Amino acid sequence: MSNAEDHAGTRRDFLYYATAGTGAVAVGAAVWPLVNQMNPSADVLALSSIRVDVGDLAPGSQMTVKWLGKPVFIRRRTEEEIAEAQAVDLADLPDNDARNENLPSGVDGDDGNRFLPPPAGSEDAVAGEWLVMMGVCTHLGCVPLGDAGDFGGWFCPCHGSHYDTSGRIRKGPAPTNLPVPPAEFVDETTIKLG
Amino acid sequence: MGGIPHDHYEPKSNSEKWLHRRLPVVGLMYDTLMIPTPKNLNWMWIWGIVLTFCLALQIITGIVLAMHYTPHVDSAFASVEHIMRNVNGGYMLRYMHQNGASLFFVAVYAHIFRGLYYGSYKAPREITWIIGMLIYLLMMGTAFMGYVLPWGQMSFWGATVITGLFGAIPFVGESLQTLLLGGPAVDNATLNRFFSLHYLFPFVIAGLVIIHIWAFHTTGNNNPTGVEVRRTSKEDAEKDTLPFWPYFVIKDLFALAVILLVFFAIVGFMPNYLGHPDNYIEANPLSTPAHIVPEWYFLPFYAILRAFTSDVWVVIIAETLTGGIIDAKFFGVLAMFGAIAVMALAPWLDTSSVRSGRYRPMFKWWFWLLVVDFFVLMWLGAMPAEEPYATFSLIASAYWFAYFLVILPLLGVIEKPMTPPATIQEDFEAHYPAKTDGGSPAVNPAE
Repeated sequence: MSNAEDHAGTRRDFLYYATAGTGAVAVGAAVWPLVNQMNPSADVLALSSIRVDVGDLAPGSQMTVKWLGKPVFIRRRTEEEIAEAQAVDLADLPDNDARNENLPSGVDGDDGNRFLPPPAGSEDAVAGEWLVMMGVCTHLGCVPLGDAGDFGGWFCPCHGSHYDTSGRIRKGPAPTNLPVPPAEFVDETTIKLG
Repeated sequence: MGGIPHDHYEPKSNSEKWLHRRLPVVGLMYDTLMIPTPKNLNWMWIWGIVLTFCLALQIITGIVLAMHYTPHVDSAFASVEHIMRNVNGGYMLRYMHQNGASLFFVAVYAHIFRGLYYGSYKAPREITWIIGMLIYLLMMGTAFMGYVLPWGQMSFWGATVITGLFGAIPFVGESLQTLLLGGPAVDNATLNRFFSLHYLFPFVIAGLVIIHIWAFHTTGNNNPTGVEVRRTSKEDAEKDTLPFWPYFVIKDLFALAVILLVFFAIVGFMPNYLGHPDNYIEANPLSTPAHIVPEWYFLPFYAILRAFTSDVWVVIIAETLTGGIIDAKFFGVLAMFGAIAVMALAPWLDTSSVRSGRYRPMFKWWFWLLVVDFFVLMWLGAMPAEEPYATFSLIASAYWFAYFLVILPLLGVIEKPMTPPATIQEDFEAHYPAKTDGGSPAVNPAE
């Protein structure tokens, strides 16, 4: 083969690669908006925060509110429930992580890292009374039932995950504890989510 | 089209010749319909026609239902009730579409197990088999999204659980799930896109069906003996085959008529038998039904999904080896899709030199155990997630994988198969001896 032919081949190859490369970029640029349109739209993304009046909630009862399209459990725990949650040996927890967005990541799953601190200035409040967490099973997203399961907390009817009175996974296929969303008391009886 | 020698279309009149010179569409249809078909096909070879009918039924009833349905969370449930109560004949159209999905899956499972028993997946029909598995996957996607559209409780929570499967994939899972849902939870964006895709997928399936047919028209049909049609000459081929039209068309249509008798009895008299009453309650994102069960045709794979909990030793090993990347949740998802993947790999896992299960004395037993296993898994998928069902699910799931990954490869080595007949003609004449009064039946009277 002569040098001239080699040169011709090299230049033609270059044209092929350049065309294929340009084509790939063009196809990618055309496809990406078509995929990205499936991501949440601006109105869905507009992160809302909601205020929930919990003044009527008696100890031992809970309410479910919808936040970001998902249920949030707000439970006012009884003293027995709190004692039960605090008595658990952390070594027995399948997921020893607080999963609390209000705390730095990586703190352990002790009940003290799970509940919502009582409103500022209320001296007579029971410590650890308020438990706020996402009502979405960490297995496949069903809503667990309250006052159920082997650990007196929540039970997911879909695939049998048992959560204790602190919302921590104890038995079943769910991998992690029910996450605690960003929440705080803004006055004596109002919790702000988000 | 096919490689089996046979007569091709010859345009006769001038107008036929005019068209054939420009677009040989009549020739294509003729060659497709007149394909030489093994004359020993039994009643398990009718499911292809039933499946074709189901696809047409679902597309036609679906298009007219879409004329009355509203894909919005505020109106979807009411618009389905509108179809049921106000639209002329709407209840019938919806019940046919709803039960049509069940007939579709009855037929596809019969079709798949037919292929597994008679070795239809084996060389040279691997492409036909793989295309078929793709069609089956698309069918499942279509059926799942269609079930979400009425926006009942089972629709909503089924969608939540199934999209949650994608969330289990390590690293990319959560963004993938958000991409699928169009938000943090199943909502209007989800319903809209599911409607769009539910309308699209059947046409993709139709395209794949054409490729499926093209592939097995090239290799020729398998048949109960697993012996190939002789291709040495047109005369030899004609001793093994009959043209698809009219022989097999009439046979298949008869079978279809019998099946439709049962189908319309269900549509007419017990249209909700296969459904769940919970789906007549409008979707409520704050309350999960006490017992979520998928449609019956998903149950076997749903049982496999649930079987692998964190206390099972294979799950523990996988979790330890991958440093927690593969947890119980992701393992379940892998097992569910893996159950279909191993089936798709059957052409390469089956090492036996004999194609048809009819001549494989050991294979037969394992095959029928797999059929039983399939129904046991279906039963377990409908049971609550507790003992003893959890242990049974694990055993049944293990057999499903063992059949494809261990038994099929080993049988080819340890089993001593019987000798299949030399030709299809030989098998056929053993069942239907040629008449002795001379004048054997015309080989090809339709032509």
